[in-house]
Amino acid sequence: MRLVIIGNSAAAAGCIEGFRRHDGESEIVLISKEPHHVYGRPLISYLLQGKTDLARIKWREDGFYEKNGVTALLGKAAKSVDPAQKTVALEDGAIIQYDKLLYAAGSRPFVPPIEGLDRVKNRHFFMTLDDALGLQKSVTANSKVLILGAGLIGLKCAEALAGRVKAIDVVDLADRVLPSVLDETGSALVRQAAESAGVRFHLGASAARFGESWVELTNGRALPFDALMVAVGVRPNVELLKEAGAQVNRGIAIDACGRTSLPDVFAAGDCAESFDLSTGTPRVLALWPNAYLQGESAGRTMAGVEAPFTKAIPLNAGGFFGLHIATAGSYDGESHVVQGEGGYRRLFTKDGLLKGFILAGDVSRAGIYTAMIRNRTPLADVDFELLAEKPQLLAFSKQERRRMLGGAV
Amino acid sequence: MKRVYVNESWCLGCHLCEYYCAFANSGKRDLVKALKGVAIHPRIRVEEGDGVSFAVSCRHCEEPYCVKACISGALTKQNGAVFIDQCRCVGCYTCILSCPYGAIVPSESGAVQKCELCLKNARAEPACVAGCPNNAIVYEER
Repeated sequence: MRLVIIGNSAAAAGCIEGFRRHDGESEIVLISKEPHHVYGRPLISYLLQGKTDLARIKWREDGFYEKNGVTALLGKAAKSVDPAQKTVALEDGAIIQYDKLLYAAGSRPFVPPIEGLDRVKNRHFFMTLDDALGLQKSVTANSKVLILGAGLIGLKCAEALAGRVKAIDVVDLADRVLPSVLDETGSALVRQAAESAGVRFHLGASAARFGESWVELTNGRALPFDALMVAVGVRPNVELLKEAGAQVNRGIAIDACGRTSLPDVFAAGDCAESFDLSTGTPRVLALWPNAYLQGESAGRTMAGVEAPFTKAIPLNAGGFFGLHIATAGSYDGESHVVQGEGGYRRLFTKDGLLKGFILAGDVSRAGIYTAMIRNRTPLADVDFELLAEKPQLLAFSKQERRRMLGGAV
Repeated sequence: MKRVYVNESWCLGCHLCEYYCAFANSGKRDLVKALKGVAIHPRIRVEEGDGVSFAVSCRHCEEPYCVKACISGALTKQNGAVFIDQCRCVGCYTCILSCPYGAIVPSESGAVQKCELCLKNARAEPACVAGCPNNAIVYEER
């Protein structure tokens, strides 16, 4: 049996580890467009910032592929998949036969249709290790950097560059930062932190047109820049499987074990959809933990052990200019706001369940909330007042605590 | 494998486990020198409420969400136990957002810390277990 994996990030690593739990024999071939050892993709901002380096950014130790019996074809791009012949064709002409295939090709930056954007000389994205190294090379202490997009990628990039370049301007069509992750209060806190670090925001505006090193915004303002970083969203890389005939919605449609509509072809990670437990709808959750868990589930299943992953929810944690945020689930239903010493806390409940939360400042023990969303813990079984105050196991029943702390979990 | 288990009906709420944990992981040989006048950052924490108290530390889950969610690869599972490599941790706290027990906490350096069953310090068995005066914390196979 030969397992072929297209991709080399969280979902691919999860697949390798999941598969090898049950199958130590079969051959694994990994095909990756990027020439690098598996690395922590979200760490590229920390690399740019100098908080990690090329050795420590590796997500698993050197020897990871050898230890797991993986033939890693790094720097090789897959060109097409033939589900009838069960082959993958590479750009370089090679044909690779598979018995099972994991397609984990990730996502790519969305390039907005803005006049003149292709004429910008020093233009960057911020999705890959090479993107980070390229950006690092092209900015100096005198650079004025323009960042298009105040989402997670744009802000982590701004944080990494803050204090190391002359100016950072961030433009976003939304009227606040991190609009898809935070509510207005949370956004304002992050914005404040960023502005104290010298970042300038131009919100509620987008780029109308670009010159080689300037932009004119829709609000009429013109800004010069030396380097441009575009982070206005990502698009799932679905093309190869779409052309092969797989069912594709916004992302590749999969079941809870990662099966696509094509026989013996699985998909996981940013290119695939998840069933979001907090909203009850399928959607693309382009997030590291989700990618690993999907890949692991597919890997175990391909090794013959049906292992559905049914607990996908949005999860975001990170520090922004010294302010920590942690969010999960959906912001739907009744809202409960607690503003205390530790920062800002907002919980969302609906149908007797915790559906989502936003924490900014003190994020300690946030996972207790996350588990309640994942496990659909009835609020009737917990002391909600205690939980709203802070996440604590005291809010659970004695019996439930005995299960948590007195047995193997 | 052997894990730390807590029986809340025997917990006195004395917090000694927290002090023994902080001492065991301080790298110092003298308890007084390690802890006197120091704000401790133990990897086990006692929760207290109305007539109830109990200690919480890493459960070393069979399927650890923290390890699978870790964006840096700093959290790993080795022979059943979950370890943190603080040199690789970037302090994003995705693990804190993922742990169902609230058992991973930031350290003074910003990297996270957690119970490693005293397998990486000089102790023969978990210091919280050895120091608990009422056997409310035990280290055994279950």
